[in-house]
Amino acid sequence: MKKTTRIILSIAAIAVLLAVLLFLQANERDYGMVITIIEKSAIYAVVAVSMNLLNGFTGLFSLGQAGFMAIGAYTFSILAIPASSRASVYYATGINPIIEHAELPIPLAMIAGGLMAALFAAVIGFPILRLKSDYLAIATLGFSEIVRAIIASPQMNTITNGSFGLKKIPEFPNLLTVILVAAICIAIMVLLINSSYGRAFKAIREDEIAAEAMGIGLLHHKQTAFIISSFFAGIGGAMLARFMRSIDSNTFKIALTYDILLIVVIGGMGSVTGSVLAAFLVTASKEQWLRFFDEPLVIGGVSVPFFKTGLRMVVFSVLLMVVVLFFRRGIMGQNEFTWEGLFGLFKKIPNLFKGKKKKEAI
Amino acid sequence: MSENLLEIKDLYVSYGGIKAVKGINIEVPKGEIVTLIGANGAGKSTTLRTIAGLVKAESGSIMFKGEELIGVETNDVVSKGITLVPEGRRVFPDLTVLENLKIGAYMRTDNLDADIKWIYELFPRLEERSWQLAGTLSGGEQQMLAVGRALMSKPELIMMDEPSLGLAPIVVQGIFDIIKEINNQGVTILLIEQNANMALKAAHRGYVMETGSITMQGKGVDLLNDESVKAAYLGKKK
Repeated sequence: MKKTTRIILSIAAIAVLLAVLLFLQANERDYGMVITIIEKSAIYAVVAVSMNLLNGFTGLFSLGQAGFMAIGAYTFSILAIPASSRASVYYATGINPIIEHAELPIPLAMIAGGLMAALFAAVIGFPILRLKSDYLAIATLGFSEIVRAIIASPQMNTITNGSFGLKKIPEFPNLLTVILVAAICIAIMVLLINSSYGRAFKAIREDEIAAEAMGIGLLHHKQTAFIISSFFAGIGGAMLARFMRSIDSNTFKIALTYDILLIVVIGGMGSVTGSVLAAFLVTASKEQWLRFFDEPLVIGGVSVPFFKTGLRMVVFSVLLMVVVLFFRRGIMGQNEFTWEGLFGLFKKIPNLFKGKKKKEAI
Repeated sequence: MSENLLEIKDLYVSYGGIKAVKGINIEVPKGEIVTLIGANGAGKSTTLRTIAGLVKAESGSIMFKGEELIGVETNDVVSKGITLVPEGRRVFPDLTVLENLKIGAYMRTDNLDADIKWIYELFPRLEERSWQLAGTLSGGEQQMLAVGRALMSKPELIMMDEPSLGLAPIVVQGIFDIIKEINNQGVTILLIEQNANMALKAAHRGYVMETGSITMQGKGVDLLNDESVKAAYLGKKK
């Protein structure tokens, strides 16, 4: 296929997608559920790509995503909740005078959320990145739970509002903003993966000894991948906070990491487009299933009754097992989306066309 | 004799309590092929890994172009112009041949096109397989890729750890032809081999290593004809 054809196809796909998004936005009342699903998918896509950067591209098996999302979400919320409504948010214990008037514009607050997550990653990365495979997973998992416990602890009441959670977080003005922020984040990560840094990450994944013999500093590059991944997980957390409008420490349970891990594995470890595609597929199916049981549960997202969480995890566990047993490489393997690949598939399985197109959007 | 590119003096290396290298002296003159032969566990690989900075030396000195290499990090060793072709090839299996070559040039920031072309001229087989995943290549092709990848960093000294390991005799011959060809183009080579016959034929100088010490040294041809070397490594009776 010619390069110009590919460009024309890509422009056409983006135009169609923009048109669909604008249509949805114009008819917000009628398509509330679809918009919710797309927004959540886009947010999960950012976090999934950030996790893939670490697990799929650098070969570091980390399970700390929820912890870094929590740091990003709380930092963002504390800085972005309008100062005028803070008294009503912290009604129970009062607010710490240091943060009482610390209000940043929303974009800056989001970046601050990412930076705070990156800072934590830099601090804990130095000792724990010397660990290999499973041990790294355990250490990051532990970190994630520690973050959650600290956020919920009564000692932190005046900063994180403890177990009461934070409310009145400024929401996204519209669907397009969510998509735009997600697209920028993913585009930056794609640029990184395609740079010589990305090649070094892949070399470390493939063979640490050979990579070191090529002059690639292992610890330095692992640190870089860990910090960047955490930065975007933090941004993803801030996006989730804006999406949900109210958060508490239970939002960032380990189940959140597993949700993201499921997306990464289904999409394919080492494929950005796979992660994005899987984020939409998984979120859409999940939200639809939940709607059968209890619709307000999804929209509110505050107190999730236990049996429903359990049921979802059962379904996810089965899904994970099926994927690991029969589709070990996920939807995309380590490949990326190409129009040639799409048309090749189109000839074989026409009904996958819709899903493929969605992924191209991001 | 020309000046020494690499000079190892009184090098000791140990893993925990076990002394792997016990005070060796090796000189690698610029533009030559120097080989280090010896049995398994003699300390040959350890010596190379120490030069590359992958293993820490206990004492001694390793001078490269008059600069001390002991205590220097691996990435700095590579940027000074020394590259290691690790034992067992260790290509990056899930990356394409071209990506493997580009990673070899990781320490460089200039344009790579000319060098990739040069590698493809040296190894036409690699050009045919440019987009193939390295893990799907045959053993000989993987060795070519490992050598090509090391050359991409434009080293002055290339160190090869048993390039003939696990390859068919005819392929081994091909690899040694390439080693001589690379040497003709001005790259100094430090070669570790179990295949003493091939290595000594190709090398200008040879060192025989036994349980951490150098027991013999001399011109490649002289060692090849030495009775005790023949007995120990070439399978011929005295």
